[in-house]
Amino acid sequence: MPSPQRMPSSRRPSRRRGRRSPLATVVLLALGLVFTGSSYALFTATSAGDAATAASQESIDHGQKLFAANCATCHGMNLEGTEAGPTLLGVGAASVDFQVGTGRMPLANTGPQAPEKPVMFTEEDIQAMADYVASVSPGPGIPEEEYLQTTGDATRGAELFRINCAMCHNVAGAGGALTQGKYAPALHGTSPKHIYEAMTTGPQNMPVFNDANLTPEDKRDIITALKYQEEAPSPGGYELGSLGPVAEGLFAWVFGLGAIVALTVWITARSN
Amino acid sequence: MTTTSDTRNDLRTPPRTQQRGVVGAVSNYVDERTSISGFIKLMARKVFPDHWSFMLGEVALWCFVIILLSGTFLTFFFQASMAEVEYDGSYVPLKGLEMSAAMASTLDISFDVRGGLLMRQIHHWAALLFIATIMLHMARVFFTGAFRKPRELNWVIGFLLWILAMGEGFTGYSLPDDLLSGNGLRIIDGLIKGIPVVGTWTSYLLFGGEFPGTQIIGRLYTLHILLLPAVIVALIGLHMVFLIVHKHTQFAGPGKTNDNVVGYPILPVYGAKMAGTFFLVFGVIVAIAGLFTINPIWNYGPYDPSPVSAGTQPDWYIGFADGALRLVPPGWEFVLFDTYTVSMNILAPIIAITLWIVAVMFYPFIEGWITGDKREHHLADRPRNVPTRTALGAAGIVYYGAMFVAASSDLIATHFQMSMENVIWALQFVFIVGPFIAYFITKRICIALQKKDREMALHGYESGRIVRLPGGEFVEVHQPLDEYERWRLVSFNDYKPLMIRPNARGQISPFERVRAVLSRWFFEDRIAPVTRGELEASHGAHGHREGANEPDLHQSELATAGQGVGAPPHTKP
Repeated sequence: MPSPQRMPSSRRPSRRRGRRSPLATVVLLALGLVFTGSSYALFTATSAGDAATAASQESIDHGQKLFAANCATCHGMNLEGTEAGPTLLGVGAASVDFQVGTGRMPLANTGPQAPEKPVMFTEEDIQAMADYVASVSPGPGIPEEEYLQTTGDATRGAELFRINCAMCHNVAGAGGALTQGKYAPALHGTSPKHIYEAMTTGPQNMPVFNDANLTPEDKRDIITALKYQEEAPSPGGYELGSLGPVAEGLFAWVFGLGAIVALTVWITARSN
Repeated sequence: MTTTSDTRNDLRTPPRTQQRGVVGAVSNYVDERTSISGFIKLMARKVFPDHWSFMLGEVALWCFVIILLSGTFLTFFFQASMAEVEYDGSYVPLKGLEMSAAMASTLDISFDVRGGLLMRQIHHWAALLFIATIMLHMARVFFTGAFRKPRELNWVIGFLLWILAMGEGFTGYSLPDDLLSGNGLRIIDGLIKGIPVVGTWTSYLLFGGEFPGTQIIGRLYTLHILLLPAVIVALIGLHMVFLIVHKHTQFAGPGKTNDNVVGYPILPVYGAKMAGTFFLVFGVIVAIAGLFTINPIWNYGPYDPSPVSAGTQPDWYIGFADGALRLVPPGWEFVLFDTYTVSMNILAPIIAITLWIVAVMFYPFIEGWITGDKREHHLADRPRNVPTRTALGAAGIVYYGAMFVAASSDLIATHFQMSMENVIWALQFVFIVGPFIAYFITKRICIALQKKDREMALHGYESGRIVRLPGGEFVEVHQPLDEYERWRLVSFNDYKPLMIRPNARGQISPFERVRAVLSRWFFEDRIAPVTRGELEASHGAHGHREGANEPDLHQSELATAGQGVGAPPHTKP
């Protein structure tokens, strides 16, 4: 892909006065296209995406075979999509890595939503399919390691999570219901890479949080906050699934009141 | 008074005081100045009947004491202010965040005050259990008919305590000013604004401007620690006074009649049991609070009107109101005169809840009017013996339960892998049809149980021993009940529907007609209690048949079987 750095060198000849080459129009047109194209690429491609572009042809070929055998029934031989599944043109390597890497794809059966399942492929196979899909048409790539570290700002991340994510995933990442049997899954145990990929690709019913919306640093902060919440010991004791007042009320009725009724029965029991 | 003066004379004699030692001297000192011995004598000899369900109100009282103690501790550190501060405590993921002083001080209680988090959790868990035991206590009083004359007013006081406890719970839930409680307040704000004409003004008055304002936490705090607890303490006192005046109800049994109370006196037995109950309840609550998180506000973060978390619910006791809102089908609001929106999506749940609550409050008076029963009742009913009331109670519980469960419709959907819409539809069905189904099923079960009781009282229970008679016939030997068992089964009041009678001017008012119809509905299906005549007749027949038909029975068995014949009449007048 041409880079904007080449522009100044090729622009100089066209500025000369009095000499107008017959190729000037063509060069100008080409320049314009290069400029538009490269700036478009600069603004749309995730900065993380460029890292994973260097895929070997071998891997792409392996991925194509795997794709034809496992995915093409629904997504089409050329990623064009069928009635059973959407097109994969432009979804990028991140989407493949997320969907296959969390076991959501291949789909076991149709339903409101693809549930998380045991992963069906090895790391290499998933990488190969991701390479293949990315080679057909570009899209968000697998994120760079530096944004997957849990060294960001947890305070900021938690605030961003509350504003952008908590309405579906619950403030503690415990998940929540959506309409018609769909749901936002619980986030505990999800790897930083998959969290990042979910934000960039917007799987299932999730909206896309692109880099203009949440910068890679924002995403890293969110991952930091989630991982902190997951790994830090609960200060108040067992968390009852972090589900809030429903779990607390159920516990109070079943175990609290159960214990109290048992004690009243004991207190009023006649001594033998 | 005579007893008091006697005691005084006794205590004045020096040798006796010597014998009683320090305790006696101190008691004497106090008594000579307060004349408290008469009161103590009266109280110490109060007798309480023994049944586990009679302890529930007491457990609620102890929960309240625990709430008062832990709440007092919390007030030492809590700042009921919405002033913006930057959090600088030890919880790292919130450090440097702008929040209200209320939220920051609650975080400080949780992380920086020694024992603060335990106290917060004790306070909150005790509050959940407080209202749970209140409602279980109310259910016990309802189903045993312990609200009947002379206890109707005490039922109303208990009802008010329940409402006030919910008010305490909600105001307390809102105080930390975290995201969860802020969402809860927003719903209350919406409810208030949905009231026609006065709604918006009321909301502005309450919040001191547009929601959330900067006033509400301070105002809720005043209600939470000043007004509501004072009223609750006063009403608990009144509740106790009525309990002492009326004496406790008891279940019918041998020697337990409408005119006495059979049980243990406060000193030494019930006083010890009460103290024991307090410590056990305290122990249960502290154990739960020490092991299980409640209201982790550090997860929720400070309140901000923009985010709403999935799974946002009120504490369980307000759940029925939240659920009522969720049960309303979409599109019920309409516009009057092109300008005025009538929010039926808010008003319909308010009406549904209000009707239920008013029915609960006035039930003793409604039932008293329908049955025309003006007698005093100190014997608790067995629920099966008043099928219509028990069935109404079951219907009320299903009505409340459908609203209550609807508050967790989203969690039911995710945890049982269902669609949230289907959960709501199912609960709408339960809400409307469920009470009727519960009513009929419960009534039938009660009547069936009464029939079984009647059968047992008359013919004894099935012993499981099949005897083949000489003629080839197989019969199962019925073992007669002992006197004590039978007493329990046959001693309940018989009711009949009210007759329509003309009043003094010889007229029958429409009011009386309605009453007669309701009374007929209340009592039309009933099983009459076994009379003494029936008992004697049945036992005579039994003795005859058993004697004639079972010549081969073992001697001792015959003796047992014969007891029914020779025993004196079992029901006492």
